[in-house]
Amino acid sequence: MSEWKTICKVEDIPMLGARRVRRAQGHEVAVFRNAENKVFALLDSCPHKGGPLSQGIVYGETVACPLHNWQIGLSDGCAQAPDVGCAQSFAVRIENGEVALDAQELSSLALD
Amino acid sequence: MPKLKLVMVGNGMAGVRTLEELIKLTPDLYDITVFGTEPHPNYNRILLSPVLAGEQQLDEIILNPLSWYSENGITLHTSWTVTEVDRVKRIVYAETANGEKRTALYDRLILATGSNPFMLPIPGRGLDGVLAYRDIADTQAMIDAAEKYKNAVVIGGGLLGLEAANGLMKRGMSVTVVHVAEWLMERQLDKTAGKLLQQSLEARGMQFRIGAQTQELIGDANGRVAQVLFKDSTHALAELVVMAVGIRPNTALAEKMRLHCERGIVVTDTLQTVTDARIYAVGECAAHRGVAYGLVAPLFEQGKVLANHLAEYGIGRYTGSLTSTKLKVTGIDLFSAGDFMGSTDGSTEEIVLSDPHEGVYKKLVIRNDQLVGACLYGDTVDGSWYFKLLRDGRSVADIREKLMFGESNIGDVGHEGHSKAASMPDDAEVCGCNGVNKGAICKAIKDKGLFTLDEVRKHTKASASCGSCTGLVEQILMFTAGGDYSATPKKKAICGCTDQSHQDVRDAIRDHKLLTNEAVFKFLNWRHPTGCASCRPAINYYRLSSWPKEAQDDPQSRFINERSHANIQKDGTYSVIPRMWGGETTADELRRIADVVDKYKIPTVKVTGGQRIDLLGVKKEDLVNVWKDIGMPSGHAYAKALRTVKTCVGSEWCRMGTQDSTNMGKDLERAMWRMYAPHKVKFAVSGCPRNCAEAGIKDVGIIGVDSGWEMYIAGNGGIKTEVAQFFTKVKTSEEVLEYTGAFMQLYREEGWYLERTVHYVNRVGMDYVKKKILDDEAGRKALWARLQFTLEGEPDPWFEFDKAKVDKRQFEAISV
Repeated sequence: MSEWKTICKVEDIPMLGARRVRRAQGHEVAVFRNAENKVFALLDSCPHKGGPLSQGIVYGETVACPLHNWQIGLSDGCAQAPDVGCAQSFAVRIENGEVALDAQELSSLALD
Repeated sequence: MPKLKLVMVGNGMAGVRTLEELIKLTPDLYDITVFGTEPHPNYNRILLSPVLAGEQQLDEIILNPLSWYSENGITLHTSWTVTEVDRVKRIVYAETANGEKRTALYDRLILATGSNPFMLPIPGRGLDGVLAYRDIADTQAMIDAAEKYKNAVVIGGGLLGLEAANGLMKRGMSVTVVHVAEWLMERQLDKTAGKLLQQSLEARGMQFRIGAQTQELIGDANGRVAQVLFKDSTHALAELVVMAVGIRPNTALAEKMRLHCERGIVVTDTLQTVTDARIYAVGECAAHRGVAYGLVAPLFEQGKVLANHLAEYGIGRYTGSLTSTKLKVTGIDLFSAGDFMGSTDGSTEEIVLSDPHEGVYKKLVIRNDQLVGACLYGDTVDGSWYFKLLRDGRSVADIREKLMFGESNIGDVGHEGHSKAASMPDDAEVCGCNGVNKGAICKAIKDKGLFTLDEVRKHTKASASCGSCTGLVEQILMFTAGGDYSATPKKKAICGCTDQSHQDVRDAIRDHKLLTNEAVFKFLNWRHPTGCASCRPAINYYRLSSWPKEAQDDPQSRFINERSHANIQKDGTYSVIPRMWGGETTADELRRIADVVDKYKIPTVKVTGGQRIDLLGVKKEDLVNVWKDIGMPSGHAYAKALRTVKTCVGSEWCRMGTQDSTNMGKDLERAMWRMYAPHKVKFAVSGCPRNCAEAGIKDVGIIGVDSGWEMYIAGNGGIKTEVAQFFTKVKTSEEVLEYTGAFMQLYREEGWYLERTVHYVNRVGMDYVKKKILDDEAGRKALWARLQFTLEGEPDPWFEFDKAKVDKRQFEAISV
């Protein structure tokens, strides 16, 4: 049974934009909202050179990294070919318009 | 639902590329069956010449190994020839050489039958040792013949014939090329270049019979060819004859199927045959708008479009390609494109450079101030640049005198002056922006099977940033992959979301008053409902510049720098550059800056090239307070907007100064700051012709002289240093404002997104800009008025967050 940690409301994230979530430990997590109000969460660090994905342009289910324009899939965190690499992705739950992340994942994934 | 059945007749480059594209789009829509007459999987036909010349091995030119077909669930029947198709029952009939038969049902059918070499209808053409040059079997037969026999005759001095002759010569044969026209490669080269080519091939030992007509091939007692007899009764010894006099689209099956054929299988812009909606044709066998292409790049373009339709996306049309030519004979560089012969009616002019000693010849053909053709021999590094000029159809009047000396002469850095890719060592750096060396590019081309410049850019990033090494990368591609990479669509789409060009989108937004991104996407049938990171910023700018005060800014369609009003750095921190009008500051401002640096522990403070101060390493959460504490306006150093106005001290202090350049600069900056543009814009004002403010490399450079101000436009100090061109001379500072503003507004209304002024002016021509601004007083004043209207009430994004649509939530992280 996962413990869900409420982060914010869906509308607290700009549509086709992102917010940063600071964790007790480890690099920040980016939560994205697309045009269909789907919310995704990825480690806020591009697999290429660590660019903050939260600052990229969101389209479809993709974000373009602001540093070197790698195209990162929001659902799995993986770069579009021919680039290779994946950002850690985090489970997201939306209930009653509130966005929640898995507490276990937040405190255990991609801490270094 | 059972899968649809897709059958492809032909297993060559264009067809299999189509399948690759199709599988990328929809891997599961079809059961795919492929019939190929040859016993091989798909291989790179272009590289048969290097194989013949012994520079590559057969197994190196396989593009799709058998495992590729099985991994993708494709049923491949090699050595099976399709003999008949029943279009009513939708059955394909195939046979092997031994007479075995099989059938396959189809829902959709692709004909990719390629082309056949044309054999001269002369007596003796059936003799042993008389070959065409088309496939692996021909190549292998030539390689085998070269081991046993001495004399070869190649009939046809075109691209293919010369490559065959070169290969046979390298394998030790004595080769004579018979060519009926006046000079070699007459369809790709003019006479001078053709003769130069002949000389250098002769120097390598190739022999020629130019203008000779072949009458008959004479055999020996065993039925093998022994001699070639010419019309003038002379002979040439030949135990091997290769006919390379051209190819014809292979339409035999299509004609049997009663599909409409006319110099190929006639297809529409979606590669569908005009006769049967279930049947498509792609590659050399297809005739699109009357043209059957024989080069790989246009065929791949076709494949992409066809795959899109087969995937039932229904987007994309093939509208034809412009092509250029290169010869794959190692050590010989030649390039031609367009109407390189020029016309005899006096409508074209030619610029020619000829240096026989160095073996360099270049001819450029110009009509109505546009480059319409190019023929290069010996030095082809600028081929791609000429090809681009040709395709874009821009006026070359302003660069005419420099045109011959190439793009590098117009100011270039980035490839260390290398102009010949073949002679570069593998560790030599080709792309200085992304640190890519020649070896890495060659490896990617070979390992990943890349064919086009775009693919090389995607995989290696070479030439993907500033583009100054594009010519070199194309040469490397040419030597490594072979072929005709440089064929390109006539119109460049803004991005993968559409086929529309920047101009199309601009026009649609203006003509149909499209005020929102969604309206643009809908009106122009965008492929993706939210566009992509390339098109959204462009569309956002086009809307705002076309409909000021009406269209609303969409911050999520702006690149991060313009969304957060600061420059993102490699570690994710930001830089802050406050505006210093005309580069002047005060003790108060400096004190505030110093205090901010201490308070927010800003690690680096740098004086910029634009006479301002840059604070580097500011955390995003500190930005709002840094701006507030500094209390100076935004410098827009992060935006496609007016950046700096650089000035010299001017007549107020300088003993040489003739005009008050500092105040002129301040006035310009105050009049036009907050002005978004297609790209960044920089001004400079110097107070005398000594030009200490370096006004000669700015978008607008103003130079004070005793009698007024000289105005220079479209300079650029960036990747390619472009010297600004003299535009006009005016008397008063009011005129400086009006003329500068009018030019800016013209650029804002007509420039393409990310096009600097120099590229804009190059595209439309300086004469056009002069006509709009110097010759048309009412038009000039109207432009200036429109710019003032746009800028009136524009907010400072560092202080008026709501008005500037700055989303303040971005500056704070959510804590858990």
